[in-house]
Amino acid sequence: MTVTTYSHTPGFYTGDRPQIVTSRFQYEDSYTLDRYLATDGYKGLRAALALSPTEVHDEVTKATVLGRGGAGFPAGVKWGLTPQAVWPRYLVVNGDESEPGTYKDRLLMERDPHQLIEGCLIACYAAGLSQCFLYIRGEMALAQERVAIALNEAYAAGYIGTCILGSKFSVDIVLHWGAGAYVVGEETALIESLEGNRGLPRLKPPFFPAAIGLYGKPTIVNNVETLANLAWLLRHGADEYTKIGTATSPGTRMVAVSGHVKRPGVFEIVNGTTTFRDLIYNEEFCGGIRDDHELKAFVPGGGSAPWFTPDQLDLPFEGRLVGAAGSMLGSGAIMVMDHTTDIPAAALTLARFYANESCGKCTPCREGGTWLMRILQRVVAGFGTHRDLDQLFEVGQTICPGAFPHAASERLGLEAVPFPYKMTTICFVGPSAYVPVHSALTLFRDEFEAKIVKRTFIPVTAIPVTGSAVTALPATADSVEAVGVGQ
Amino acid sequence: MSRLNEDNVRIALETIARYPKARSAMIPLLHLAQQQDGYVTNEAMAHIGELVGATSAEVFGTATFYEMFKFKPVGKYLINICATMSCALMGAEQLMHHAERRLGIKAGATTPDGLFTLEHAECQAACTEAPTLQANYRYRFHVTPATFDALIDDLANGRLDAEIPPHGTVARIRQRIPADRVVGPRSPDDVTTAPEWMAVAPTASGGGQ
Repeated sequence: MTVTTYSHTPGFYTGDRPQIVTSRFQYEDSYTLDRYLATDGYKGLRAALALSPTEVHDEVTKATVLGRGGAGFPAGVKWGLTPQAVWPRYLVVNGDESEPGTYKDRLLMERDPHQLIEGCLIACYAAGLSQCFLYIRGEMALAQERVAIALNEAYAAGYIGTCILGSKFSVDIVLHWGAGAYVVGEETALIESLEGNRGLPRLKPPFFPAAIGLYGKPTIVNNVETLANLAWLLRHGADEYTKIGTATSPGTRMVAVSGHVKRPGVFEIVNGTTTFRDLIYNEEFCGGIRDDHELKAFVPGGGSAPWFTPDQLDLPFEGRLVGAAGSMLGSGAIMVMDHTTDIPAAALTLARFYANESCGKCTPCREGGTWLMRILQRVVAGFGTHRDLDQLFEVGQTICPGAFPHAASERLGLEAVPFPYKMTTICFVGPSAYVPVHSALTLFRDEFEAKIVKRTFIPVTAIPVTGSAVTALPATADSVEAVGVGQ
Repeated sequence: MSRLNEDNVRIALETIARYPKARSAMIPLLHLAQQQDGYVTNEAMAHIGELVGATSAEVFGTATFYEMFKFKPVGKYLINICATMSCALMGAEQLMHHAERRLGIKAGATTPDGLFTLEHAECQAACTEAPTLQANYRYRFHVTPATFDALIDDLANGRLDAEIPPHGTVARIRQRIPADRVVGPRSPDDVTTAPEWMAVAPTASGGGQ
């Protein structure tokens, strides 16, 4: 078994696995047009232009290219949701990658921008999209520069603009930067932001982007990795594409595994078959938990995904199975916690993230997310009460009424509650704020209780996870008294 | 100096011309203003409003939503230390403590010499390389106290000027669309028919899908 890494792409590892989107990462100059053309570049576009738009669309539908941004909706089906005979239609590329733990679109933009551009062109051709906006996260300076250079090269070489490669196909790709807002990764917020507004999500219905999107016109919003698949797909055909992976999840997926593993990294894995145990323990991937510690818990799909414990290690990385087990694959990010982790403090880092990133449009998220963070801060700081723990669930119920998804636990005798949840907010930021709190409290309530009984930190904490919480909160008379009375 | 200067107005007009509606250029123009002055001034926001057809209050409304825009001068170098889960698990808190001691300021503050502003940041999309920081949005991976100190020394002594521009400049390379290649945006309200290449292969339903 070989594990290969490249000094010019830190964190990326490959091996004896098929590579669809990362095949050029081996070249240091993978982002240049010269290298791209020398490695089958723009052949997918040429193949597409030899077909009718409908044929290209059918090929993508047949390949079942699942969206890689989070929701996992097939790209071909998404393109077909635009209303008949309504024009113009736009493509908005979602490169606002900021889900905690996620780290793939940035690499694809930095290391192979032409592959993304080619994917955009194929999508525009197939779905009749007359202008493309490539929205890159504001903080990704290198990705912006590499994509800008690639766009300039591609325009000059005739791959973008009027009458592309001598055909009737003409489209502009406009590079657009964000300016730091997690919620803008949500497609309707992305469109609001692109219209020059605060990035607040829009209510669906009626604002399904495919029907009423940018400037009120049909708009396809696709993730960077989704589009990056298209060049290979058109070069090799849907039949070759579906030979990789499973019937429900064909192709490959980029997965980032971070946290307490020996070799954290980004891997392009075969879709649907690789298990979490493979990813965390196999030498081909992360090679086990650091210092041979025990695995305590892991987040299977980015900060918004309910947590798993070692009970779920043998699940494959496949959307439906993971959904039935009480979580989601989201954007392909696994965060691993070993047995030294202070679980309430770890949950707090995510709760704080969502409280910070709430756009403020929906009350349950704006207020509830902040409440969750504050209560958790109090608990982590050792000033919480048993009432606080119940209150966390109560606040969560205002964001997501009813049963909330969580994993099964043999230790606790818990059955899994499958996805999805009900929600009182417009977008998923609100429920996502509740996810880490609910998971941690459901699966590791004893650790929260311990903080209350002892009013001190758990001694096994190898790394105190957050500082602001520990020092920011003074001991109020109320909370101290409540603990005193309660205990 | 706080309105966009002549060169930047030219860039602004070029940028606006790429969008079907001028207002879409608001965030790129705010970045341009921040690049010019190191932060976004009230005068620049008023100027941007004139350029895109919005009131200065609307520009302010949009600008304040986004964390990257600063409305007061910040240090020449903005040091953002990631504090979200993966970095937190790998010691982001200790790194922040070290940074605060090294710079002699708390997170959110600027050093008296105006060189460094230190901030907590949320996930920077480099989770496997934790703990991470960005200096003016340029990454540093696996940051230790020693490499942090070296970075601060290098920045202070100008040794990284080639790689890390002063605060305000994010991407140093702009998109250029050649005049002979550009399709050009059209107002969404003016377009009612399918693009030309779709008309080549009409489908039975006539919608081009």
